[in-house]
Amino acid sequence: MNMQFDPFVIPFNIGLYFILIYVVTRSVIWFRDLSKPDKLRLQRGFFGLAFGLSLKEIFMESLLHRKILKTNFRLGYMHMSLAFGWFLLILFGTIEADIFGSKHLNAPYKAIFFRFFNPHHGRMGFEAAYGFLMDLILAFILSGLVLAVTKRFYSKVVGMKKTTRLKITDKIALTSLWLIFPSRLLAESFTSGAYGTGSFLTGSLGAWLATFLPAQQMAYPFWWLYSISLGTFFILLPITRYMHIPTELFLIFMRNSGIKTGDQAGTYSEVQTYSCSSCGICIDACQLNFSAGITNIQSAYLMKAIRNNDDVSGIADNCLMCGRCDQKCPVGIELSPLRMIQRRGGEAENDIRNIYKGYFRSRQTIISEKAIGPSNYNFLPEPDQEKTDILYFAGCMTHLTPTIKNSMIKILDDSGVKYSFMDEQGGVCCGRPLMLAGQDKEARELINFNSQMIWKSGAHTLVTSCPICYKVFKESYYLDVEVLHHTQFIKRLIDEGSVKMNFLRKKVVYHSPCELGRGSGIYDEPKDVLHHVSRLEKCNFEDENSLCCGGSLANMKISSQNKKKIAFDAVNELTKNNPDILATACPLCKKTFSAVTETRVADISEIVAEALITKSVKKNSASHTSSIKQLANI
Amino acid sequence: MDKFGFTISTGRQIDYESNDRRIAEYIFEREPSFRLCIECGGCSATCTTGNFTDFSLRELNILIKRGENEQVREKLNKCMLCGKCTLVCPRGVNTRNIVVLAKKAFQKSDEYAI
Repeated sequence: MNMQFDPFVIPFNIGLYFILIYVVTRSVIWFRDLSKPDKLRLQRGFFGLAFGLSLKEIFMESLLHRKILKTNFRLGYMHMSLAFGWFLLILFGTIEADIFGSKHLNAPYKAIFFRFFNPHHGRMGFEAAYGFLMDLILAFILSGLVLAVTKRFYSKVVGMKKTTRLKITDKIALTSLWLIFPSRLLAESFTSGAYGTGSFLTGSLGAWLATFLPAQQMAYPFWWLYSISLGTFFILLPITRYMHIPTELFLIFMRNSGIKTGDQAGTYSEVQTYSCSSCGICIDACQLNFSAGITNIQSAYLMKAIRNNDDVSGIADNCLMCGRCDQKCPVGIELSPLRMIQRRGGEAENDIRNIYKGYFRSRQTIISEKAIGPSNYNFLPEPDQEKTDILYFAGCMTHLTPTIKNSMIKILDDSGVKYSFMDEQGGVCCGRPLMLAGQDKEARELINFNSQMIWKSGAHTLVTSCPICYKVFKESYYLDVEVLHHTQFIKRLIDEGSVKMNFLRKKVVYHSPCELGRGSGIYDEPKDVLHHVSRLEKCNFEDENSLCCGGSLANMKISSQNKKKIAFDAVNELTKNNPDILATACPLCKKTFSAVTETRVADISEIVAEALITKSVKKNSASHTSSIKQLANI
Repeated sequence: MDKFGFTISTGRQIDYESNDRRIAEYIFEREPSFRLCIECGGCSATCTTGNFTDFSLRELNILIKRGENEQVREKLNKCMLCGKCTLVCPRGVNTRNIVVLAKKAFQKSDEYAI
């Protein structure tokens, strides 16, 4: 006899068809909300290389979880066994039902509950070998599940210091997820025990259970439990963090098609928000967590708060924007741009509502009042700048650390280039601090002022000493000049042979500033310069993994005590091998570090100026005038 | 009176009873370090905006605390939030946040017309 249907499959069927319809509806809504260029990108990506790349990435990241495996093997194994194992179970289950079932192309429930409908299956030969494979996959998933359950109660097991806190629907979904595989194991085992089938796992467990329990009667409730847990999980999926399972596929495809976050909330930012699985890797990476003990503002919580429509201003503003979590995120969510969108929004404009108990969202765009209104900075003078080749912009922070400024003047004078010091008498702020506070309109005013200065100078190169200024000049000024950080500029002078230097016999450790390194991707030039003049040593926190000094202007809320704690921890890590100099390329890092360490903290320009072999004869008059100007200032 | 060659100057008395301290309270609640300010003026000395105009964060802080909100409202927006004041502050006052919070408080009081 071959049974074709049983009422216990109903919960599973309801759940499955619900989630399929839901995902289709949601993706249509998402596609509709995309801007026109992004729609085109997506269409082009679909027929182009992006599609193939995405399939590969989906396999490597969504199923195998390669990036998590690399950072933390046990955590990666946990995610891999659940995702990849489940995928294999569905894939091979469908094939099994197709080959061994009564007919081809079965309804999904036939494959999921194959053992129930074909209890006599799998006694010998190829069938038994296939049964062994299915048992092996189930064992693989269960091993990951054991890790997941232990992690929830004792996170150190998988090498995590902290795990995310959950809301009530998450907890119900989590429980149903946890129940799925044990109930399958027991259901299959009891059925196997009753019919004397099953492989090494279900067969032997079933045979043992059948010795003291009525296996035939016990099996049926567990098949019900299996079906109900699957159904519950599918129905709760859209309003819990498990929405990341379908959403991540969209994210990968959209990213490969070339869609960027931008500065407005939209489909892509929403897809990214829903792709966060709350794995908690960002929490362990966050210095506010491990140095200052602030544990409720990390990106995983921001994503969750946005999904739940909570008030996020407290979370969004309390962040150093160092970008460590961006680098570590295994899903590749652009966390800092998403946080910036929240900061720009402020409290009033955050008008996205969850409707139908959170299953759908309605977005209302409110035109910000800030966009209009009188100028705040009408006290600024008319921009005026003399003609020059190279413009040097020190920046506010550099004016607070004058040694950097003086060193740069020394280097510029010695190199013999024609330059002009744009903010010699203290200029206007570059605008990035305002941007970081979410005040883009005000920032734009300052940007316009500085742009006019630069434009009037006719310079082809703009050199700045401050990475904060560098980032905004590079990204938010629309200028036809080459923007260089002074480390890049010095590297170029060295390569051209314009400056000559002694080798300093000093042990140096380089601290990569956030805005220059992770923020702008400049890691090599500063280190090349340091290699040229000193004995640069390695440390445990290099490049993408470098620490934040804690002084970041991005955090509006942090207290000075917590800033100090972060700076202190970072300095301790960097000066472990007792270097002579702790080198950095940012005036703000220098200032923050100098306050908490005995080691000499110096900007790269200072080290270079120290090693400089000053030429006795100046090359041309331009540099001569500027050095006279400098003398006049002293 | 004008005829006698002298005028009566406007009152320089600060009336705490009639002044509106709500903006100050709003900030105190959210940025407790505001209370640490000793009005040394370090912030004003280093100020980027202060380089161009008579804007002074020290003055602003005092005005907020006194509740002379109309004067604050007018001056507040001149700040460029560059953060030098926070770095030089000997008391560790989070000065940038005070300006941001004050802006927010004014925005709110405009919205709800209090």
